[in-house]
Amino acid sequence: MTSGGEALIRALSDEKIDIIFGYPGGAALHIYDAIYQQDKVQHILVRHEQAAVHAADGFARATGKTGVALVTSGPGATNAITGIATAYMDSIPLVVISGQVASHLIGTDAFQETDMIGISRPIVKHSFLVQSAEEIPAIVKKAFHIASSGRPGPVVIDVPKDMTDPKVEFEYKFPKDLYLRSYPILGEADPTEVSDAVKMLKAAKKPVIYSGGGVIQSDASEELVNLSKMIGAPVTNTLMGLGAFPATDNQFIGMLGMHGTYEANMVMSEADLIFNVGARFDDRITNNPKKFGLEAKKIHIDSDPSSIDKIINVDVALQGDAKLVLSQLCKEFENSKLKNTDLKPWWGQINEWKEKHGLNHDMLNLENQKDIILPQQVIQSLYKVTKGKAFITSDVGQHQMFAAQYYKFDEPRKWINSGGLGTMGFGLPSAMGVKFAFPDADVACVTGEGSIQMCIQELSTCSQYGLPVKIINLNNRALGMVKQWQDMQYGGRYSSISYEDSLPDFVKLAESFGHVGLKVEKFSELNAAMEEAFSLKDKLVFLDVLIDPDEHVYPMLEAGGSMSEMRISKKDKTF
Amino acid sequence: MISHIAILMENQPGALSRVVGLFSQRGYNIDSLSVAPTQDPTLSRLTMTTSENPEIINQILRQLFKLVDVVMVQNLSEAEAYSIELAIIKLIAPQEKVEQIISKANNLEGKILNEHNGHTMFEIWGDSADIDALLASLRDEEFLEVTRSGLLGMTKGNVALNTNDQTKISYE
Repeated sequence: MTSGGEALIRALSDEKIDIIFGYPGGAALHIYDAIYQQDKVQHILVRHEQAAVHAADGFARATGKTGVALVTSGPGATNAITGIATAYMDSIPLVVISGQVASHLIGTDAFQETDMIGISRPIVKHSFLVQSAEEIPAIVKKAFHIASSGRPGPVVIDVPKDMTDPKVEFEYKFPKDLYLRSYPILGEADPTEVSDAVKMLKAAKKPVIYSGGGVIQSDASEELVNLSKMIGAPVTNTLMGLGAFPATDNQFIGMLGMHGTYEANMVMSEADLIFNVGARFDDRITNNPKKFGLEAKKIHIDSDPSSIDKIINVDVALQGDAKLVLSQLCKEFENSKLKNTDLKPWWGQINEWKEKHGLNHDMLNLENQKDIILPQQVIQSLYKVTKGKAFITSDVGQHQMFAAQYYKFDEPRKWINSGGLGTMGFGLPSAMGVKFAFPDADVACVTGEGSIQMCIQELSTCSQYGLPVKIINLNNRALGMVKQWQDMQYGGRYSSISYEDSLPDFVKLAESFGHVGLKVEKFSELNAAMEEAFSLKDKLVFLDVLIDPDEHVYPMLEAGGSMSEMRISKKDKTF
Repeated sequence: MISHIAILMENQPGALSRVVGLFSQRGYNIDSLSVAPTQDPTLSRLTMTTSENPEIINQILRQLFKLVDVVMVQNLSEAEAYSIELAIIKLIAPQEKVEQIISKANNLEGKILNEHNGHTMFEIWGDSADIDALLASLRDEEFLEVTRSGLLGMTKGNVALNTNDQTKISYE
C-alpha cells in the first residue's frame, strides 16, 4: 500500500526519472517526506523555484528527456511561472509538480493558496488538478506522454495536500496503457505533398533551407544533413536551431534573422524557394511579414498544424514529425527522375555576400589590437579552448547574440538558450541541469553582469552539489542590448541601464561560495585565463571579463523592413 | 462575416476556461457562446460565433483542436448546417401588445411565457439577425430585459459531432 506522496515519486521512477529539481514548502511536505524515504529519485535543492524549472529545462534540452521540477503552492508556484513560460515558448518537455492547499481549502484564500491551474493556463501544453489520490500514477503517465510527444511542452500537475496524505493509502498500480480521447500525433506527411515539395526543391534556382528548433526536438539532424547534401542548398539555422546543421560545414551560412549573418538574411531575401524545417516564421526571423520572401515559394515542415499558415502562407505544408518527413523527402529526392538544378550561380552570389559583410571568425588575430577586449573575442577564445565541444548555455542580451554568432555549434543540443521568451536568469540554472546530465562534459554559461544577477543565488546550489560549470561573464557594466537600442533609437538617452558603481566584486562573490573567481581586463590575458578556467576541472570558475562597453551587435534588421534591410555596423547599412 | 464553430470537449473542470482563455490569449473575439453536457455526460458541446476573418478562423480551429481537452471541432459556417437562436424577452407591455409584436416579427416564431402586473415575458426563436432586428424595433420605454441562448447549430445529414473513440497509447 502506498500514500499519494509515495505514489507520485514511485510513478516518476516508473517514468525512468532519477533526478528532479525543486524547493520544499508546506503544501509539498508529504511529497518531500516520500522523497526522503526512497533512493531512486534524487532531489536537487535549488535556491529559488525559477531556477528549479530552468535547471529541469536545461536538463531536458541537453538530453532530449523530460525534465521535472517540484515546487510548493502559492509563492513556490508563482516563482515557477517564468520557468514554465520559458519552456512553453521553446517547446521544451517538462513536468512541473506544484503542491496545492488541501482540497477543502481551495477557494478560501487559504495560506499560500494560488490558483496554479488558472495562472499557468496560457503557458502550459496541458495541466492536471489531482482530485483523487488513486489517479496519481495515471496522471503522471499522461503528463509525461503529453509533455514529450508531438510538439513538446510543459505540463503542470497541481497536487492538493490531502492527495498526498501518508495516512490515506491505496494499492499502487502504474498503468501500462493510457487513454486520451483526442490527441493526434503527426507522423509522416502526405505523400502527394512530399512529391510536390521534391519537385519544387529540384526546380529551384535559388533555394534556402531554414531550419529551427523542431529539428533538434525530433532528433532529425542526421536526416537534415542528408537531405541538405542531396539538394546542395545553403542552410541557415534559427537561434533555436543552432547545431542541428554543423556550423563548420561549407553549406552553412550562419544564423538568420534579427542578428543573423548578412549572407543568411540576403539569401532569405533573394531566394526563390524557402524551405522551412521545424521553425515557425517568428517575428525575429521574418522582420516585416508583409515584406517577407515575396519572390519565394515556400515549403514548411511542422509537427504542429497551428504553426502552418500562422504568420506566412506556404505553398506546400508538410505536417508531420521532422525526422520522418525529412526521411520521406530523402527517399523521394533519390527516386525522382527530375534533374537537379545547377546551384553554382547561386553559390557564386552567396560567396560574394559572405566576402562583403560576413562575420570575421578570426578576431583573435586583429591588427591594431588594443588592450580592450571585444565581446566577440571572448566567444572565440571560449570556442578555441573548448575545441567547439562544450555545452554552452546563455542568458539573454548582447552576449547571447555574440555566442550564437561566434561559437560554431557542430552538434545539436549543445546550445541552450531562452529563445522565445528571452528570459534573463536562465543561463546559470540551466547550466546546472546540463552538468547533472553530463558530469564529464565542459559546460559553460555565457552571461552578462546584468543577467547573471537575476539567478546568482544558484552559486550556492553549485557549491552544495559540486557543479564545476564555467561562468563566462561578458561584463560591459550596463544592460548592453537595451543600451544598444537606446543608442540607435533614443538618441543615446541611457534610461535605467547603468549600475556601474554598485556592481559586486564578482571574484570575491564567487570565492565567498567556495568557487574560483578570475578577472580579466586586458586582451593579452584573455586566452590564458580562459585556459586556466577550463583546466580547473572540478571547480566552478567565474570568469569576469571586462569588455568594450560600446560594442553593438551587428548585423541588425531594421524594424519594419524586409530581411535585406540591415545595419552592418555603427556606420554602414544596406538601405 | 460571422463564423459559427461547434466544439466537442471533455466535460471537466477547467476545460471551458481553456477554450475561452485561448480566445483572449490570442486576441480573438467571441460574439456568442453556449455550452452544455451532451448525451454522454463526460462530453460537453460548445457552440460559438465569432466575426474574425477567414484566415483567423482557420488559425482558431487549429488552435482549438490543439487543446488536449478538445475532442472535435467543426466549422458550421462551411457545412450544410441548421442553426437557431432563442431569446427570452421581458417588456413593460400588456399581453395583447406583445402578441402583436410576436406576430409581426419577421421570420421569427415565439410565444408568451408569462404576464404579471403589465410585465410580459415571451420567448422567440429564429435567425440571430432577425432577433437583432426585433430588439432594435422595440421602444426603450417598453423594453426591460433580454437573455439570448447564443447561436446553436448542427450539420445536416450523416456528419455528426460525436465520438466513442478513445486513442489508446500503448507502451508495451
